[in-house]
Amino acid sequence: MSKELIIDVIYLLAAILFIVGLKRLQSPVTARGGNRIAAIGMLLAIVATLFLNNILTPVEMIAGLVVGGAIGAIMAKQVKMTAMPELVAAFNGFGGLASALVASAEIIDSGANQNIAAYLSVLIGTVTFSGSLIAFLKLSAKMTGNPIQFFGQYIILSLVIVSMIACIGWAFLGGELILSLGLLSGLALIFGVLIVIPIGGADMPVIVAFLNALSGLAAAATGFVLSNTALIISGALVGASGIMLTNTMCVAMNRKFWQVMIGGFGGDSDEEGSAALVDGRSITSTTADDTAIMLSYARKVIIVPGYGLAVAQAQHQVRELAEVLEARGVEVKYAVHPVAGRMPGHMNVLLAEANVPYDALYEMDEINHEFESTDVALVIGANDVVNPAARHDKSSPIYGMPILNVDQAGTVVFLKRSMRPGYSGIQNLLFFETNTRMLFGDAKDSVSELITEVKAV
Amino acid sequence: MELVTYFVLAMFVGREILSKVPQTLHTPLMSGSNAISGITIIGALIYAGTIGGGSIAKWIGLVALIAATINVVGGFMVTGRMLEMFKKRPTDDV
Repeated sequence: MSKELIIDVIYLLAAILFIVGLKRLQSPVTARGGNRIAAIGMLLAIVATLFLNNILTPVEMIAGLVVGGAIGAIMAKQVKMTAMPELVAAFNGFGGLASALVASAEIIDSGANQNIAAYLSVLIGTVTFSGSLIAFLKLSAKMTGNPIQFFGQYIILSLVIVSMIACIGWAFLGGELILSLGLLSGLALIFGVLIVIPIGGADMPVIVAFLNALSGLAAAATGFVLSNTALIISGALVGASGIMLTNTMCVAMNRKFWQVMIGGFGGDSDEEGSAALVDGRSITSTTADDTAIMLSYARKVIIVPGYGLAVAQAQHQVRELAEVLEARGVEVKYAVHPVAGRMPGHMNVLLAEANVPYDALYEMDEINHEFESTDVALVIGANDVVNPAARHDKSSPIYGMPILNVDQAGTVVFLKRSMRPGYSGIQNLLFFETNTRMLFGDAKDSVSELITEVKAV
Repeated sequence: MELVTYFVLAMFVGREILSKVPQTLHTPLMSGSNAISGITIIGALIYAGTIGGGSIAKWIGLVALIAATINVVGGFMVTGRMLEMFKKRPTDDV
């Protein structure tokens, strides 16, 4: 067998392992094995590339692998689960950068100026890189989470797009190769920044998923450059995954993708809300004592976790509260809205970290009909995802967004720091309903108090 | 054209498989698929490794290699770390 044939067979094997590995992510039971299978596929592909090509400088190769591997390993080991969205954004960025650089190397090395796939790869990869960088900075609060919009933004954006096309055209017609490549990369960097800065905090899950898709498409484009089927297949798989998640997130927020890209939705929400603004109605606040009694004598309690719970780091306390209640014979379930965290499935990971069994976590569609038969809905650090305005208030920005029907429960208890509105900056009329109780305070402290009180009942 | 066929077919396979992944595993799905997109590492190895010294393409390839390795190693490790947390209760009926 020729070397080329062997290497092609191994690449095919790697692609099969990726597909099998991803398939195993369909259940938490098989998922760990799936991740390992995919990693073995990657290792095979790397080893085959190293040994079956004429590697002239093995020392540098090993050094590069060791340096990159060490950086990646440290990042993966040290990241807190709450910081997962920014880590994934960062990794997306590195993937995009690598694809863009490989395509650049091909253009420079071959000197061919009419390689459309290579330009596309540079373009998508670079946009992924700079877009992910901005997403990383926004998510890790190193820059404002508020949308950044300025006058003439779309004119500049259009100019950048036209210039990028012109750049590719110029290279095609035989322009100075390195210069046109550099210009294209620079413009793509600016483009990536421009498309992510107007995205508001509430829409970040969509954009992280979208950048995930782009990193896959960049790898696929690089595959076209190298005529390498392993890259094309893997890139397409990742692209499909990212597109699916982008779509899931858009549906969960009832937003069209173009609306997200225009941006401006939600920010860091620093303004304080008022306790008695709406129609002269006021809220009813409650104490941990009363809430504990209500919970202890309930038959069924549904806990609705929101990002505020993660911010307060109260996951462990919540799990303990659920256990204490279950010991008293109360049925406890968790209702997780798709956008409860800052990226798809984020809240599930945070709760799993606190040892909440995953079979107690229910998706919105599975549990929404159960609120009617629920005595107490305990909403911890969530707001927009339970706001009934999404159902009937056509003027509300969240109108049409699918929500958890907590208002159908016997009593709704909100654990909140203050009357501050949610991530989208919208007031929640549910606070003012007669069957709603507000338990103010830090979520961690409040839940700890609840545990003590329930034990004392 | 052959390559485009691979691309389109793989997109369909991806869609079929991934639409059945439950919400609970969406974050590991993202980080895991992200690690797979680091397959670009193959291209980086080819450019960084098979081009003679002194060429600018080689150095670009080397930077690409480091970036892709961060992506691959970090991606798989963090996915493993997350999935490790999902194994607590063996009462799953799937």
